[in-house]
Amino acid sequence: MDQALLIEKIILVLTMLGITLLIATYSTYAERKVAAFLQDRLGPDRAGPFGLLQPLADAGKMFFKEELIPAASEKWLFIMGPGIAMFTACMTGAAIPWGTELHIFGYTLNMQIADIDIGILYIIGFVSMGVYGIMIGGWASNNKYSLYGAIRASSQMISYELAMGLSIIAVVMMSGSLSLKEIAAQQSGMNWNVWYQPLGFVIFFTCALAECNRAPFDLPECETELIGGYHVEYSSMKLGFYLFAEYINMFISSAVIATLYFGGYNFPFQDMISSPALLGWLQFIALFAKIFFFIFVFMWIRWTLPRFRYDQLMHLGWKSLIPLAILNMVITAAVVIARNNGF
Amino acid sequence: MMDNIPFLIFSFITILTALGTVTARNPVYSVLFLVLTFFALSGHYILLNAQFIAVVNLIVYAGAIMVLFLFVLMLLNLNKDSEAPRPWLWQISAALSAGMLLVVLAGSMREASLYLVKGGPEAGEIGLVKNLGKALFTEFVVPFEISSILFLAAMVGAVMIGKKEKQQA
Repeated sequence: MDQALLIEKIILVLTMLGITLLIATYSTYAERKVAAFLQDRLGPDRAGPFGLLQPLADAGKMFFKEELIPAASEKWLFIMGPGIAMFTACMTGAAIPWGTELHIFGYTLNMQIADIDIGILYIIGFVSMGVYGIMIGGWASNNKYSLYGAIRASSQMISYELAMGLSIIAVVMMSGSLSLKEIAAQQSGMNWNVWYQPLGFVIFFTCALAECNRAPFDLPECETELIGGYHVEYSSMKLGFYLFAEYINMFISSAVIATLYFGGYNFPFQDMISSPALLGWLQFIALFAKIFFFIFVFMWIRWTLPRFRYDQLMHLGWKSLIPLAILNMVITAAVVIARNNGF
Repeated sequence: MMDNIPFLIFSFITILTALGTVTARNPVYSVLFLVLTFFALSGHYILLNAQFIAVVNLIVYAGAIMVLFLFVLMLLNLNKDSEAPRPWLWQISAALSAGMLLVVLAGSMREASLYLVKGGPEAGEIGLVKNLGKALFTEFVVPFEISSILFLAAMVGAVMIGKKEKQQA
C-alpha cells in the first residue's frame, strides 16, 4: 500500500509539473497573442498553424544561443540565480488541490500532492523565497543596473507580502483553517469566498501582480530606467529560466486566487451531477478554466496599464493596501465573532 | 537507525552551513549560508511534527529578515577588500569570549529540565497549528500578550528612529 501511494504521488508530481511547464510555455504564446489583439496586430503566426509552434521555436533558439558569463561576476551565484528562481516557482504547486479526485481506469487518484495542515503558509513561504533567485542573480552579475533591479525586486516583494498576508488572514479567519483543501471544500457550489471578501480579493490580486513582478509593477525589469533590470547580464537559457519562472509564478498565483476566492475546483450546480467520475473531471476542468481566466486578466492588465513609478508603488503598498487589509481583517474578525455568538 | 537518517542529514546540513556562515569571507555568502541553515532547521521542526513553526521560521527568518540583511549588504557592497584588519589580540579575545559563552550555554542546558507538555493523546501534536493556538491563547496567554506588547514597542521605536533621521536631513 505504501509503495502504491508513493508511485501514485510520484506520477501526480510529474504530471502536475509537466502541466505547469506546458501552461507556462503556452502562456508566452498567449501573452503575445493577447498583446497583439489589444494592439490590433496579428501576433506570432509563422511557426505552425496560428503560430502554435512559436514557444518551441523560442525555446530552441534559447538553447542554441551563446551563453555568456561576465568575467567580473560571482560565477557560482550567477549560475545558481536562475535555478533558484525556477525551483521556488515549481515548488509551490504541491499544496494546491487541483481537484477532488479523478477516476482513471478504475483507479481513484487524489488530486492534491500534499495535503498539509498549513498549505497556505507553505505557499507564502515559497513565494517569499522566490526573491532570492532575483537578488542573487542581480547581485552576482556585478552590474549596477541589475543590482538596482534586484534591490527593487526585494523591497517590492517584502512590502507587498505584508498586505498579501493580511488579506489571507481574513480568509483564514472565515474558514477556520489554513489547509487549502479545507478552504476549497468549504466553497462548494457558488458559496465562493469572493462574495464575502471582495476587498480582500482586490488586495490579494494587486499583491499577486506585484509578487510576480508583472506590469504595472514590473519595476525590477523596467527597460526605460534599468536596461533590462536584474537579468541584464543573462543570456541563453539562463535568461529563459528567469522569464519562464515568471510565467510559472503567474500560473500558480492564478491557481491560488482561484482556490482562495473563487471556489477552487467547485462550480455551480455541481450537486446535480451524480456520477463521481464525471464530477471529478468536471471539477478539474472548472479549476483550470478559472486559472486560464486569471492568467488572461494578468495579461490584460499588463497590456492596458502603464508602469507605476517606484515611489508610487511604495505608497500604494504601504499607505493604501496595508491599512485597507488591516481594516478588512478587523471587520472580518468582528463579523466572525458576531456569527459565532449567534447574531 | 533508519528513523534517524533524515535527522542525521538535516543535522549534517545545519552544521555544515552554520560553519559556512562564520567562515565565509564574503558577507553575501555568509547570509546565503545562514538561509540554508534556516532551511535545515525547518526540516528539524518538521521532523518534530511542528509544521507551523517550520513554515513560520521560513517565512519570517529566511523570507523576510535575511532578505533585508542581503539588501543592506548588497547596498554597502562589502567584500574581501573592504574587510577591516584584525589584530591578533582581537582574535584571541574574540575566541576566549565566544568559548566562555559556549561553556555558559552548555552548563545551563545540562541542568535545565525542558518544559514538557502534559501527556495525553495530543502530546506529540502540540506543533500542529490548532493545538499550538489553543495553548498560546489559554495556558500561555499572559507571556504571549506581553511579547506582543514588546513587539509593538519595538515597532514604534523603529518608526520613531526613522522619523528623527528624516527631520535632520
